[in-house]
Amino acid sequence: MSKVVDHLKGVFSGDAQADRVVPPSGFTARLTSFAAATMAFLTVFALALSMASGRLAMKWGDELTHSSTLRISAPAGQMADQTAAALRLLETTPGVATARALTSDEQRALLEPWFGPDLPIDALPVPQLIEIQETDEGYDAAGLRLRLQAEVPGAVLDDHTRWRKPLQQAAGRLRMLGWVSILLIGATTATMITLAANAALAANAQVISVLRLVGARDDYIAQAFVRRFTLRALAGAAIGTAAGLIAVMILPAAQEKGGFLTGLGFQGMGWFWPLLIPPLAAIVAFFATRAAARRALSELT
Amino acid sequence: MAYGYGGAELLSDISLKLSPGSFHFLTGPSGSGKTTFLKLCYGALTATSGEVRLFGQDVRTMNRDDHALTRRRIGVVHQDCQFLDHLPIADNIMLPLNVSGRDDLEDVANLKELMGWVGLGKRGDAYPPTLSGGERQRAALARAVIMSPDVVLADEPTGNVDWEMSQRLLQLLIELNRMGKTIMIATHDMNLIRAAKNNVQARVLRIANRKLQLAGADL
Ligand SMILES: Nc1ncnc2c1ncn2[C@@H]1O[C@H](COP(=O)(O)OP(=O)(O)O)[C@@H](O)[C@H]1O
Ligand SMILES: [Mg+2]
Repeated sequence: MSKVVDHLKGVFSGDAQADRVVPPSGFTARLTSFAAATMAFLTVFALALSMASGRLAMKWGDELTHSSTLRISAPAGQMADQTAAALRLLETTPGVATARALTSDEQRALLEPWFGPDLPIDALPVPQLIEIQETDEGYDAAGLRLRLQAEVPGAVLDDHTRWRKPLQQAAGRLRMLGWVSILLIGATTATMITLAANAALAANAQVISVLRLVGARDDYIAQAFVRRFTLRALAGAAIGTAAGLIAVMILPAAQEKGGFLTGLGFQGMGWFWPLLIPPLAAIVAFFATRAAARRALSELT
Repeated sequence: MAYGYGGAELLSDISLKLSPGSFHFLTGPSGSGKTTFLKLCYGALTATSGEVRLFGQDVRTMNRDDHALTRRRIGVVHQDCQFLDHLPIADNIMLPLNVSGRDDLEDVANLKELMGWVGLGKRGDAYPPTLSGGERQRAALARAVIMSPDVVLADEPTGNVDWEMSQRLLQLLIELNRMGKTIMIATHDMNLIRAAKNNVQARVLRIANRKLQLAGADL
């Protein structure tokens, strides 16, 4: 490993002379930079997707895991009694941190988007909602349902698992998809750089044979190519990452109640991750070119 | 030692030891295997049977890095000399120093003198493809000797140069020989051999009928 580190150092400290032994090859060079730039651009989006869905999964998880709702439907006369009974029952249920009946103002706010602001909520047979905050351990939903059935017949417990699970799962999958994309992009980058390096090595067969003739070791020759491709991948990826970040920045900003799409972007420390893309691209290029050069050189006599 | 390119043997029953500081000519008709023999001498080819030792090490046991290090001790002038076409000729001549990490000021001074000697003093900035055949051969010779190698193998180094220049190149090789370097020149230029014999104790090897023979003093 220390040998690899030495090589990496060599790539950046550089030996201008060693660099010149490989002719400046215009076309494969530009292809390498272009490929690295494109892949970096795509990686920024895959990263943004992963992080946004990660945040989403966490948010849903956090908000929903620790809260559930009890809905009480009862004739107007019994509503207050049943609510009080339910609250008493909940207070003695292990795993319930707090239970609170929503006020009619709060209920009106919840219904407002559907019925408008002036809803006479007291005159309507609207169920009473009780918001339950769970402790970290949570409560036994099945047990609670049984007790409610006995003591508060009008109560329906909604512990959100039914729709929380699939949503959380979807967000988790989306995040994984993002990471898989990043891995695939990395592998594709390695493939393209390997192809470009092979083309460059084949095009420079004479250079290699002259270098061997005058006593150059394989490492010296490989280094000249590796340095070239690593620096190109680094530069290309830096441009691609910058372009990707600008594109993400000019996406509409996430709004308070924004859905998933408007939340696509980086937040806080998240801005740090894309900065790793250019060095990672350089590392991929380093190993891809080194493997290609070693293979090509070992096949020579 | 013997060698063949797949088909029949080209060289058979060869047994030779180049002692340090010796001066050899290698002659033989075209196609007799002079180039092949030189390639065996610097390890570019491996004998199909028998054993070749370079500086005491069996070629078969040498890895690629060993070969690289050996080539720093053997200056080779190819018949068809190749260069890095994108670098000026002066850089090409310096190449053996650069690839072995030795390019100090003393060597730069050597370079000037050496280029003057082979008549390329004013051509240092030219690119190899613009050189004539003779200039390329002289540049290749300069490149072969810049490292002051222990052994110089030259394959028809005077093929494309005029008589006067060939005398200069020969003089350079003779000087190197006096400094203790081992020299082997493949050529079929008998005049060159005769000229050398006046200045240096040279042995003449001849390839004939797949064998390497020591030619008599009949030249
Ligand atoms: N790479 C090769 N593959 C097959 N045959 C070769 C190769 N190189 C040379 N030869 C053959 O070997 C013979 C000797 O070639 P060479 O050593 O170049 O002779 P010389 O240098 O004395 O003219 C020739 O007949 C040539 O055709
Ligand atoms: Mg020949």
